[in-house]
Amino acid sequence: MTRWLPRAYLALVYLALYIPIAVLVVFSFNDGRTGYRWGGFTWRWYEALFTNDAMMQALWNSLWLAVSAATLSTLIGALTALALHRYRFRGKKALKGMLFVVMMSPEIVLAISLLSLFLLVGVQLGYFSLLLAHVTFCLPFVVITVMARLSGFDESLPEAARDLGASDFTMTRTVLLPVIMPALLAGWLLGFTLSLDDVVVSTFVSGPGYEILPLRIYSMVRVGLKPEVNALGSLLLVFSLLMLVLSQWILMRSKR
Amino acid sequence: MTQKTLLSLRNLGKQFSGKTVLDSLDLDIADGEFITLLGPSGCGKTTLLRLLAGFEIPDSGTIELNGADITALPPEQRPLNTVFQHYALFPHMTVFDNVAYGLKMEKRPKDEIHQRVEEALAMVQLGEFARRKPHQLSGGQQQRVAIARAVVKRPKLLLLDEPLSALDYKLRRTMQIELKRLQRELGITFVFVTHDQEEALSMSDRVVVLQSGKVQQKGTPREIYERPANLFTARFVGETNLFPGVLEQVDEQRITVNVSGYRRTMRRPGFPVSEGEGVHVLLRPEDIRVLEPDADHGFAGKVVERNYKGSTLDSVIHLEDGTEVLASEFFDEDDPAFDYRLGEPVRVSWVEGWEWLLPLENGGVPEDQAANA
Repeated sequence: MTRWLPRAYLALVYLALYIPIAVLVVFSFNDGRTGYRWGGFTWRWYEALFTNDAMMQALWNSLWLAVSAATLSTLIGALTALALHRYRFRGKKALKGMLFVVMMSPEIVLAISLLSLFLLVGVQLGYFSLLLAHVTFCLPFVVITVMARLSGFDESLPEAARDLGASDFTMTRTVLLPVIMPALLAGWLLGFTLSLDDVVVSTFVSGPGYEILPLRIYSMVRVGLKPEVNALGSLLLVFSLLMLVLSQWILMRSKR
Repeated sequence: MTQKTLLSLRNLGKQFSGKTVLDSLDLDIADGEFITLLGPSGCGKTTLLRLLAGFEIPDSGTIELNGADITALPPEQRPLNTVFQHYALFPHMTVFDNVAYGLKMEKRPKDEIHQRVEEALAMVQLGEFARRKPHQLSGGQQQRVAIARAVVKRPKLLLLDEPLSALDYKLRRTMQIELKRLQRELGITFVFVTHDQEEALSMSDRVVVLQSGKVQQKGTPREIYERPANLFTARFVGETNLFPGVLEQVDEQRITVNVSGYRRTMRRPGFPVSEGEGVHVLLRPEDIRVLEPDADHGFAGKVVERNYKGSTLDSVIHLEDGTEVLASEFFDEDDPAFDYRLGEPVRVSWVEGWEWLLPLENGGVPEDQAANA
């Protein structure tokens, strides 16, 4: 009695988490006319998805945006984290605090302020505005990931490298970067995911010329749920699982 | 050991946010010697080492190596290497690449690097571990890699920052012997930092005792232990019994000291003495002799603690005036079962001529605790 109760509770929690996902995947193969009754197995929705040019274009746009935003924010974020870690300067605390403000503030606030900034400065809404916005909200996550790794970093490693004849630059290249590489990858993946599924900020700062996937799906769902969306969801699920396995594999390897 | 001076420190000073860590320190280190910087934590020994390595720049003074001023030189341009306290091995490189790192920085040809790294690894008996990563090695092996990595560059001077403190007791003893062997074989000057006085005494040619950023005493281990320059050194290095004495009679050669009513005539010390003055009589536990309670001299007391130490019997004796005396006696062939009962009444004396006298200190040299032995 007391043995199965915790297990049943745990099972319930996991069911609540995974049933919606399972339903999505199952119904992406559903041949039924009406959305929620099983009507046999089919690949139809996947075909429909791949022949839907607008959808595929939105997918590529989203992927390209996520890759560029993640890369840019990793570059800026890593340098910021290094500066915050290595140097003592005036306003360091304020700078750290401001990162948290961006992270903690409601997305809608960020969205409105970015939009008004872009309008004020005259940035044309499209890929570039989306990129700037995504880099903005990815940045604190990268900085915090890299800083966490740096805080566990043995301070005598750079000194050992210098002691053995490495210049500051060589030391950074041969010791510091390899050691924090897992954090850079983790930060990049985090940024990639955040960018890929962002809706709120993107809604505000995207333009007609550059449609991205989350917004496309959102507009599709408004006129009724199509099984195509299930197929897309399943594909994204597989993709993110692959990314997860990849990142874990990289982390494991780096520990070895 | 009167060789030429390799490293010469003049008037070296360093402050950290207003707190003086090193106070106008002068020191000469001879070529080929094993010198130990000994002191409690916060005495400035690690800072001194970091100044030598180039990780810190002194606020004042100069560091000369072979006559060349290296005070402001960055660490990578100094012909000396460091063995770090926690080894600081590069975790993402193999043992081989760790050791090869310094040679690669010198842009040595590949063959030479290969040969020298293998030699260095063989020297620390880690030849077959070259392909391992540091975390696959034990603490002692990691330590040996760190040493190989530092000596493979054939530095003029090797700095060792408490390199054995993270090892367990037995391994530490082994590594102490190993380090001494390496130092003899390589002929490199070792500057060794430790807070472990036993380690300092057993390994060094010369010991520099540091406290509050000042040199308290420099000398051979024997000088440091048997003829401490002041109370700090006396207390920090080894166990010490201090008795207050009063000078009663001062002659050309000899003086008579009254220690709590017990008079002894001894050699006149090196510092100025005059009749009626107070003096510290310093006695190591092994100088003490424990006598029968009916002996005709010595201080009466009773045994309050006894510790069997294998080769010696260490005891604590509580004297009638409240002083506690540490005694360390070797086992006697005639009486292998010799032991004390707790509470056993005894008398305490010391071997004539084994005492060491120190003047009373009045604020001249810092004391870390109130004088009480």
